[in-house]
Amino acid sequence: MYLYSLTLQRATGAVCAVIGSFSGRDTKKSAASGSASTQEIAVARGSTLDLLRPDPDTGRLRTLLSVDVFGAIRSLAQFRLTGANKDYLVVGSDSGRLVILEYSPDRNRLDKVHQETFGKSGCRRIVPGQLLAVDPKGRALCIAALEKQKLVYVLNRDAAARLTISSPLEAHKSNTLTFSLTALDCGFDNPVFAAIELEYAESDRDPTGQAANQAQKLLTFYELDLGLNHVSRKASEPIDNGANLLVTVPGGGDGPSGVLVCCDNFVLYRNQGHPEVRAVIPRRADLPAERGVLIVSAATHRQKSLFFFLLQTEYGDIFKVDLEHSGETVTELRIKYFDTIPVTSATCVLRSGFLFAASEFGNHALYQFRDIGRDADVESSSATLMETEEGFQPVFFQPRPLKNLMRIDEIESLMPVMDMRVANLFDEETPQLFTACGRGPRSTLRILRPGLAISEMARSMLPAEPIAVWTVKKNINDMFDAYIVVSFANVTLVLSIGETIEEVSDSQFLDTTHSLAVTLLGEDSLMQVHPNGIRHIREDGRVNEWRTPGKKTITKVGSNRLQVVIALSGGELIYFEMDMTGQLMEVEKQDMSGDVACLAIAPVPEGRQRSRFLAVGSYDNTIRILSLDPDDCLQPLSVQSVSSAPESLLFLEVQASVGGEDGADYPANLFLNAGLQNGVLFRTNVDMVTGQLSDTRSRFLGLRPPKLFPCIVSHRQAMLCLSSRPWLGYIHQGHFLLTPLSCDTLESAASFSSDQCSEGVVAVAGDALRIFTIERLGETFNETAIPLRYTPRKFVILPKKKYIAVIESDKGAFSAEEREAAKKECLEASGAAENGNANNGDPMENGDGQEDGAEEANIFPDEQYGYPKAESERWVSCIRILDPRSRDTTCLLELQDNEAAVSIGTVNFHDKEHGTLLAVGTVKGLQFWPKRTLAAGFIHIYKFVDEGRSLELLHKTQVEEAPLALCQFQGRLLAGVGSVLRLYDLGKRKLLRKCENKLFPRTIVSIHTYRDRIYVGDMQESFHYCKYRRDENQLYIFADDSVPRWLTAAQHIDFDTVAGADKFGNIYFARLPQDLSDEIEEDPTGGKIKWEQGKLNGAPNKVEEIVQFHVGDVVTSLQKASLIPGGGECLIYGTVMGCVGALLAFTSREDVDFFSHLEMHLRQEHPPLCGRDHMAYRSAYFPVKDVIDGDLCEQYPSLPADMQRKIADELDRTPGEILKKLEDIRNKII
Amino acid sequence: MSISSCLADSKKFCCAVSLATLLFCILTARFLTQLTVLKASDRFNINSQLEHLQAKYVGTGHADLTRFEWAVNIQRDSYASYIGHYPMMAYFSIAENESIGRERYNFMQV
Repeated sequence: MYLYSLTLQRATGAVCAVIGSFSGRDTKKSAASGSASTQEIAVARGSTLDLLRPDPDTGRLRTLLSVDVFGAIRSLAQFRLTGANKDYLVVGSDSGRLVILEYSPDRNRLDKVHQETFGKSGCRRIVPGQLLAVDPKGRALCIAALEKQKLVYVLNRDAAARLTISSPLEAHKSNTLTFSLTALDCGFDNPVFAAIELEYAESDRDPTGQAANQAQKLLTFYELDLGLNHVSRKASEPIDNGANLLVTVPGGGDGPSGVLVCCDNFVLYRNQGHPEVRAVIPRRADLPAERGVLIVSAATHRQKSLFFFLLQTEYGDIFKVDLEHSGETVTELRIKYFDTIPVTSATCVLRSGFLFAASEFGNHALYQFRDIGRDADVESSSATLMETEEGFQPVFFQPRPLKNLMRIDEIESLMPVMDMRVANLFDEETPQLFTACGRGPRSTLRILRPGLAISEMARSMLPAEPIAVWTVKKNINDMFDAYIVVSFANVTLVLSIGETIEEVSDSQFLDTTHSLAVTLLGEDSLMQVHPNGIRHIREDGRVNEWRTPGKKTITKVGSNRLQVVIALSGGELIYFEMDMTGQLMEVEKQDMSGDVACLAIAPVPEGRQRSRFLAVGSYDNTIRILSLDPDDCLQPLSVQSVSSAPESLLFLEVQASVGGEDGADYPANLFLNAGLQNGVLFRTNVDMVTGQLSDTRSRFLGLRPPKLFPCIVSHRQAMLCLSSRPWLGYIHQGHFLLTPLSCDTLESAASFSSDQCSEGVVAVAGDALRIFTIERLGETFNETAIPLRYTPRKFVILPKKKYIAVIESDKGAFSAEEREAAKKECLEASGAAENGNANNGDPMENGDGQEDGAEEANIFPDEQYGYPKAESERWVSCIRILDPRSRDTTCLLELQDNEAAVSIGTVNFHDKEHGTLLAVGTVKGLQFWPKRTLAAGFIHIYKFVDEGRSLELLHKTQVEEAPLALCQFQGRLLAGVGSVLRLYDLGKRKLLRKCENKLFPRTIVSIHTYRDRIYVGDMQESFHYCKYRRDENQLYIFADDSVPRWLTAAQHIDFDTVAGADKFGNIYFARLPQDLSDEIEEDPTGGKIKWEQGKLNGAPNKVEEIVQFHVGDVVTSLQKASLIPGGGECLIYGTVMGCVGALLAFTSREDVDFFSHLEMHLRQEHPPLCGRDHMAYRSAYFPVKDVIDGDLCEQYPSLPADMQRKIADELDRTPGEILKKLEDIRNKII
Repeated sequence: MSISSCLADSKKFCCAVSLATLLFCILTARFLTQLTVLKASDRFNINSQLEHLQAKYVGTGHADLTRFEWAVNIQRDSYASYIGHYPMMAYFSIAENESIGRERYNFMQV
């Protein structure tokens, strides 16, 4: 089995983010507009690197570039050489190499400037890459490992102002852990790096543990002597043992220099030879006493005369830290409560007054500063620090709504995908992906649909069902459209666009008939084509009317700015052209052999009088290209036969591009698109000179023949294809994409541009006129989110009613009632409670309690503030039934008594008394540290009542271990209880044990069944294949895997095969060899005799791992499904970082050869950006086997043209063919 | 899923075991065959080279390795790997319902 791996949705979580002017646009732009310089945010998302740019006008973040680097990015830093205007990006990854990247805005790509190898690849203890610090003046950088190694590189520039890098200088120290690393800002003195270090040599030698308790963290300063080219350990001072993070304090004239040391509960200011200045971090009043407060992310803002720091704690509160200083002496350190936003992994302050917050889990956000915390607020200061006998006196505060920040944009993030199912619950054309995402109060169930989201701006009802719609400008130079023309069966309606859209009658359009086309002609005249003629409305109001000869009527029209072709009934073509005086003149006539199905004229090329090509589709399944040149007018140039009669034609002109911010290099091109009657979109390249057609591609769009309409997307020509659902064909980052839109069937559409909406679409569907814009271009999925209460663990889809049952649980949180009580108390205490009975309105709940809880929800939305922390051994959990269509929760059972739900499954027992039941496995009093313990496990059996909308507990069975897997099997319930596989039957008051097998090594986490086979996944020991012998009532293992695998997800593929994913980020397929499988099936004892012998303490037979692939991300769910109607099934996976990918099995050997060769060439010619070897990355834990990396193959179009040709030559193909292949295989998946 | 991860925490460092033990075995074998008294002049002989290698590659173990040292080495290898692989950090922090920053700190402090 060979598989093609393709990422459908790239990881959306963020590992780290840095801000800088990577495009170096600031000098040019600020000179021109006087505005602040352009800043970009580089975000590492696991194995992808994104460059985002906030748009100061709209306040949205736009993705400039997203590159898959095939390696784990662990740290990012940005620096600028003195005097330069452009920032470089330094990447610390698992490649054992230091990579410096430069963004080139002209070609929209990141270029590798330097790549320095210093160690082995992989995330190891002593190989640098985890920590990175750059001298603020861009003179040196230091890259460090968690232990021992630190390397310092000197950065400089050569005569041609290119960046140079020295060989590394070592600053190693054995037996030392490094917690954090930063560079001091010391102006143009020698660069100094500071690190929090801990030496462990002593404690290792001391078995009593006394030394370990006395171990002292040190703040060490390393100085790079630029003259001597040598790094020395300058000073090493003891520091608070809770220190975890260092933040550079501006120096060199702007500030006192030195570092802020963030510790558990404290922030300290330290510098060489400076006394410690300490302030306590204010605590939330409801925080349990034993919990510390840790700073997890920090951002610095500096202006000319002012600097401050924003530090975020692990609970989400942001504090503003100010330093009072005179010269280099810091006299006071103040920590002031700023605001509370969800916990971030990185924050960046932009000069334009925005704050980018990359959330740890869930959606990222862009905030705007309303204030910089000048008002009085809870504040702790080093001056007022009180030390008592119990330690330092804490300062308390109460979180409050946002005061200084205002959220203006949100970037959706699926991280973490906890569970995923593909199903078509809404009876749409394509199935939907249901993903349970997020953590704690920010958890959601998200419904992903392939396609682009639209946002509707207006919808108005029309008197009848329209058949077509157009928009026209009054003058070619106008910015916005003037009229919307809607044609009904026998009337035409004209609407004028202004502040509002209203009907007008002074437009000169003929309104007593239906229209075939309405366009702007020439500079400023309008044309309306109706069945009986052409009406040409001149700018001064004169109307020229051309009438059809005899009884003939016009059936089809094709036009561009200067040319019009009409087809009369009977198949006569008449060609008009606009002359110099602005008159529409008949030029040529031609009889076609039969009726014309559709017509299209190519747009007039820049600087030309006319376009040369007319495309005519006929009912004999051909498309002809006719010439419009005066010397061979209406003479055929080429013919293309197609599979079905064409219904609609459209020429799409792609202008030559040499890159730019959202394009790659590609030459000018003309494409002819045809919507065929069998629902296929046919796309072919038209030679600009000869009119020959080549490089044809076709794709099935839907059941209705696609109708094609031009529109504008991000200032480029794009195409709307309206089949049974609408599609958009557009160019994004240099690729032509054809993506479905998430809306219902449209009849006709036109581009729309007005004051309020510069790039919209107006469309008619049914009897409605709709205006919408298309959002978030380039994304594969659009999502609808349903909020949940706690971290979702698993969910099942109840097939009959199409409801979803979700189990949610959280560790260390209070239950809903306790939270409500606490909230009320605190509100009352603060006197903010206006209505005393504002209770039971969980803000997450969508439905009841919304109204009286609204007030309260506005004050403390848990999504923003997080749940209050309880003791870590407390659990809260709930079971929820959800109607995905109405997005309502129909039933919510909160588990009591420290119980947490861990598994869920539906089961139909033998006796059909109750029908389908819901089984939920729970544990009570679960603790992980120091060893896993639990008070008890339970299996709850619920009955559906109220037509499946609600649950009723039937009974609860206690078990001795955690029931982590539940599955129906032959009318009974199979449960994995700890390391025991047990078969239960339904009793009146309990589940009844029928049979069990205790031979599993650790803990059973997944059970799948097929016929009489049971595929059991063990937490650490991969898969075990079992059989149940009914006559002997025995469960036995007949085969297992020889590799220890820490299973995180499993999926049954076929009778002999299962797919699994382990926690190190690998996906693999295990298969029982065919001969063994046959032998077992034929053996009357079912291999039982052999089983009794066993092998290597395991089962007698071993499965083979036939597929290995390293995804580089913890896969949490696997699902076998097909995402397109009629497409082959593929394996869909979701990961912790919020990535959704697919593995598709190849159907032909030829394709396997082709793609493996393409992959091989790309590996050689186009090595990954961050220096990790592609093959080594995909084989990080196990050698990659039989999987071709589609993400690498899809980088082919981004190669320079000569490289593309070179690879294509090696493969005996043309670049076009390769692109077609790539497109084809992608279309098979999604 | 995340519950399962922590249920397995007691055995967190299994993956690193194989590598360390392997190296350890090789080195032990070498030492046993060439066990000689070190002199100042032996600076460049095989033993000192081995010692040098050992000092260079932390965590490779040696002939006199105690059970405790061995276990500590493996723990450090594992935690370094967890901290380096961000998805894994996220995975643990979901299980423990802590922030990733806190989880990283805990892993470093151990």
